[in-house]
Amino acid sequence: MKVSLSWLEKYIPVDMEISALADALTMAGLEVDNIYDRYDYLDKVIVGCIIEIRPHPNADRLRLCAVNTGDNLVNVVCGADNIKTGMHVPLALPGTELPGSLIIEKSVIRGEASGGMLCSATELGIGEDKKGIMNLPDNLTPGENLAGALKLTDHVLEIDLTPNRPDCLSMIGVAREIAAFNNKPVQYPSSKYIASGIPDTPENIINLTSVTLKNTDLCPRYGAKLFKNVKIAPSPFWLKDRLISTGIRPVNNFVDITNYVMMETGQPLHAFDLDKLAEKKIVVRTAKQGENITTLDNKEQRLSSRMLMICDGEKPVAIAGVMGGLNSEVTDTTRSVLLESAYFDPVCIRKTSKKLGLNTDSAHRFERGVDPAGTIKALNRAALLIEKIGCGYAVNGTIDENPVPYEPLSIYVKTEEINSLLGTEIKRDKIIKLLEDIEFSVKNKKKDEADDLLLITPPSYRVDIKRPVDIMEEIARLYGYNKIPVTFPVVPVQAKASSIHIAHKKQIKRLMTGLGFSECINYSFINNKSAARLNLERDDARYNMIRLLNPLSKDHAAMRSSLVPGLLETMRRNITRSMHNLKLFEIGKIFIHKGEDTLPNEKEIITGLWTGTRQASTWHDNDIPVDFYDIKGAVEALFDALKINKTTSIRFTRLPDNQCVYTKPGYTARIISGNKTSGIIGEVNHHVLKNFNLSANAFIFEINLTELYKLIPETIFAEPIPRFPAVSRDITMIVDKNLESANILEQLNLFGEKLVEKLQLLAAFEGEPVPINKKSLSFRITYRSAHETLEDNKINAIHKKLSDKLITEFNATLPE
Amino acid sequence: MKYNIDQIKENALQELESADCKKSLESLFVKYLGRKGRVTQFLRNISKLPPGERPEAGKKANLAKKSLDAAFQKKRLYIERKAIQTEDRIDVSLPGRSPAIGSLHPITRITDRICDIFVKFGFNIAEGPEVETDYYNFEALNIQKNHPARDMQDTFYISDNIVLRTHTSPIQVRIMEQQAPPVRIIAPGKVYRCDSDLTHTPMFHQVEGLLVDKKATFGDLKGMLTLFIHQIFDDQISLRFRPSFFPFTEPSAEVDILCVICRGKGCRVCSGTGWLEVLGCGMVHPAVFENAGYDTDLYKGFAFGMGIERIAMLKYRIDDIRKYFENDLRFLRQF
Repeated sequence: MKVSLSWLEKYIPVDMEISALADALTMAGLEVDNIYDRYDYLDKVIVGCIIEIRPHPNADRLRLCAVNTGDNLVNVVCGADNIKTGMHVPLALPGTELPGSLIIEKSVIRGEASGGMLCSATELGIGEDKKGIMNLPDNLTPGENLAGALKLTDHVLEIDLTPNRPDCLSMIGVAREIAAFNNKPVQYPSSKYIASGIPDTPENIINLTSVTLKNTDLCPRYGAKLFKNVKIAPSPFWLKDRLISTGIRPVNNFVDITNYVMMETGQPLHAFDLDKLAEKKIVVRTAKQGENITTLDNKEQRLSSRMLMICDGEKPVAIAGVMGGLNSEVTDTTRSVLLESAYFDPVCIRKTSKKLGLNTDSAHRFERGVDPAGTIKALNRAALLIEKIGCGYAVNGTIDENPVPYEPLSIYVKTEEINSLLGTEIKRDKIIKLLEDIEFSVKNKKKDEADDLLLITPPSYRVDIKRPVDIMEEIARLYGYNKIPVTFPVVPVQAKASSIHIAHKKQIKRLMTGLGFSECINYSFINNKSAARLNLERDDARYNMIRLLNPLSKDHAAMRSSLVPGLLETMRRNITRSMHNLKLFEIGKIFIHKGEDTLPNEKEIITGLWTGTRQASTWHDNDIPVDFYDIKGAVEALFDALKINKTTSIRFTRLPDNQCVYTKPGYTARIISGNKTSGIIGEVNHHVLKNFNLSANAFIFEINLTELYKLIPETIFAEPIPRFPAVSRDITMIVDKNLESANILEQLNLFGEKLVEKLQLLAAFEGEPVPINKKSLSFRITYRSAHETLEDNKINAIHKKLSDKLITEFNATLPE
Repeated sequence: MKYNIDQIKENALQELESADCKKSLESLFVKYLGRKGRVTQFLRNISKLPPGERPEAGKKANLAKKSLDAAFQKKRLYIERKAIQTEDRIDVSLPGRSPAIGSLHPITRITDRICDIFVKFGFNIAEGPEVETDYYNFEALNIQKNHPARDMQDTFYISDNIVLRTHTSPIQVRIMEQQAPPVRIIAPGKVYRCDSDLTHTPMFHQVEGLLVDKKATFGDLKGMLTLFIHQIFDDQISLRFRPSFFPFTEPSAEVDILCVICRGKGCRVCSGTGWLEVLGCGMVHPAVFENAGYDTDLYKGFAFGMGIERIAMLKYRIDDIRKYFENDLRFLRQF
């Protein structure tokens, strides 16, 4: 909310620096976002003195003025009649933006250059006189800044109000807060209106109109006054100026007064043209099926049955608390006005304003809660101002339909409870004083066992105060958050450790950086088409992504079901920026649809991507393009570092070709633990690369972290360091080309020969002289005993036995 | 005799100067420091001096021996080094063969730092779902449907009842439902708001903290967060607690630190106010305890939450929030 200091000072004397005031408000919970002088737009308007006036050679109505600007002469083309030589005038220099978005520029008017504009008070937004150029006092110095010369200054505070404080959506509300810390009382404006009535008529409002409330739950109070002899016209300057200072556009005197009273008191008012109301009456009810209304913004609104309407004898004439209808608008020809001041149910107003997308100052206040006891006061205040301006007379009497009278709340609080929540020792008297400063009434309700109890009644406008804790917050706020002593909670010894998974995740991230991968974080939402771009099949659980109802863009429209699209996009972004060698990883969640209105299955995944070179070329080595075994090696190294036993816990095996969705068939491994696939490693296939506008080869891995965590041993048991030397023997076998070498290792383990320490692949070879569809695999088997040095002949026998068994098992031959 | 030892030392040093090979060095050593060397002899002869002169002479002689020992050792090493010198040179300024090392995302680095500090304070790290029910994200936190407080967070909807969590606060409720007090958790994670401009990304990260115990005061909250701010920024930094409003805490506060860029003078980063808002906090609202089934008479608690991007921006002087999720390698590699 914008609060101009000059308006605010009508209600509270402010005897502090503007920055100190802003600070104090901020520390009271009314955060001041911005402070500016509302005459800042006049910074390029200066005082000028007209030295010479000449006729314009090409235009009869225009004249050429030479204007002294202190150290310069500026030629200005001017069309006003009242200019004279020697006259001091405001000169808007190029770059000035005047009210109404008029931007002053250097220009040529009918062939003559003009270096600015001489302005009227109206054009400058500082007065009413629009007849001619403003005639400034002669004692002003040419060249001086106009705002400075005329002492035009008015600071505006922009306050970012939290939704719990609707009472501060008004000048008086802000004044009350200042009163609390400044120890000065609020000077409330007069609302003591004594109806003068129309001279010589005994008319009373109750004979001229009526108000009927059909839904007292949604509208428990409705007040109205009637004005006759209404003369709709523009408001006087002071009124317009006040509204402009808070960012409200003046309309006409009646509408301006409703806005003025709203800004002053927080109570929205609405003016109806009485003569446009059918049967000249008001009925407050919910909308009927099929009813429509055209609102003041000239839009037709479709109403629904839960919306509260202000109606006349036939039809809706306003959407209660939100916006008036065009059909009852106050216009230049209006002669009688019915002025409304009411209390509407906040939830009802909010639902209506949300549904219709009408976010008005009025709805903003009603949905947060206006003062339930301020209805008539605001009405009287408006009546007073209307008569003051002389734009109408109030008919005798006031309608005040109040079927559900406001009941003040009583809240019991113990001072001891306040102090024990805040960690303070504020004395009872101080608490009472703090509360009374903001107009809370405090009664000491005597009770035998609890002398300490306070009975507190908040003022009606403090709709946010409902329970004891609300009172405690007020005490804390008024006492000063920064005065509350700093203590430290007694922290008992850690009872429960964080989940081990958290530690694993942290370790995995660090291991990945050690392996050369940089961590990425991509958005969790991706393009709807990403599943299709990954070539996922329709019955794949990842195909049917969870869609947002209100996405910001189509690239952020669905929750990702795979981290791969994000990494491919990141790859593309980097390649576009000429970074071709990328080793990236991301840990994040994927979201698998589980049905409408059900939370999805969130799985945490680690995905890595490697493209470009194995190692960037240096003076030591040339570029070597990355291949499958590079990324597989990284995964294996990760497993090693996590102490996952590669021989007993996991197995890498070829992913069947028909299951390779976005990776290349034949170049994709799945990682199997137990009988579950916990991840894949592979090369991204060319269809998918193309879908993501990529051409460089990319290798990826994806592992389900929950599965990975299961493989990490809880503890490590140290094994003795062998005391006896190892012996190794090699074997080369020609086997079927499609045989996975891992099978040989597994088979060897199955033989259960205890002396075998490890099996190592020395070479894999295809092509001449190895027959077609065969490959040659050379292994080194290392033997060791924990108890003795192994004799050659013993090992030779064992090695022969194992070799023979492997050859038989795999239908292998020995090389020739 | 008095001056003799100085003379011996002078001579030895002079001769040492001209020794240029191992052999001449060793013979010199024998001459002066050997069993029958001059210095050794001198030391032996001290006992023959009058008792009054012995201490001073002994002191001098030992000092001379010590310095000669050092001079001989230095010369010996010099001669040995000279022996292995060749014309063979490599360019040591050429880069070595470094294994490529990756980098952690700045968000991860800051998250870990924040969590580490609170773990020291006895907090456990917890996590929760990113897609949440309206109940956990709003209602259980005392943010009713159709309350203007909902406007404080622009929400992404999956359906009427399912949202992308707008803050990490739902984890509070989930933890309280599972665990009896005392509770001390710190919960980092991604959050989502329907807002994208120069200073907002639709996804960002928060850390939520919750402490529930038989005794917990607003003063305790101030103490813990002050300590935290001092540890994450620096222990000189000024901070202030400012009244604010969150439906799930009361009293509620926002914590501002003195602008780390301008030190309070006012600059672009702090919008001229001299202060930077870094976290929101407050005493847990009784309605939240009621929703979680905690006895509001028995337990008190406080909660706090902060945006990680914001803290990372201040610590690393990152000027554009969008850089976090562009994943430009030149950005990532800096961390």
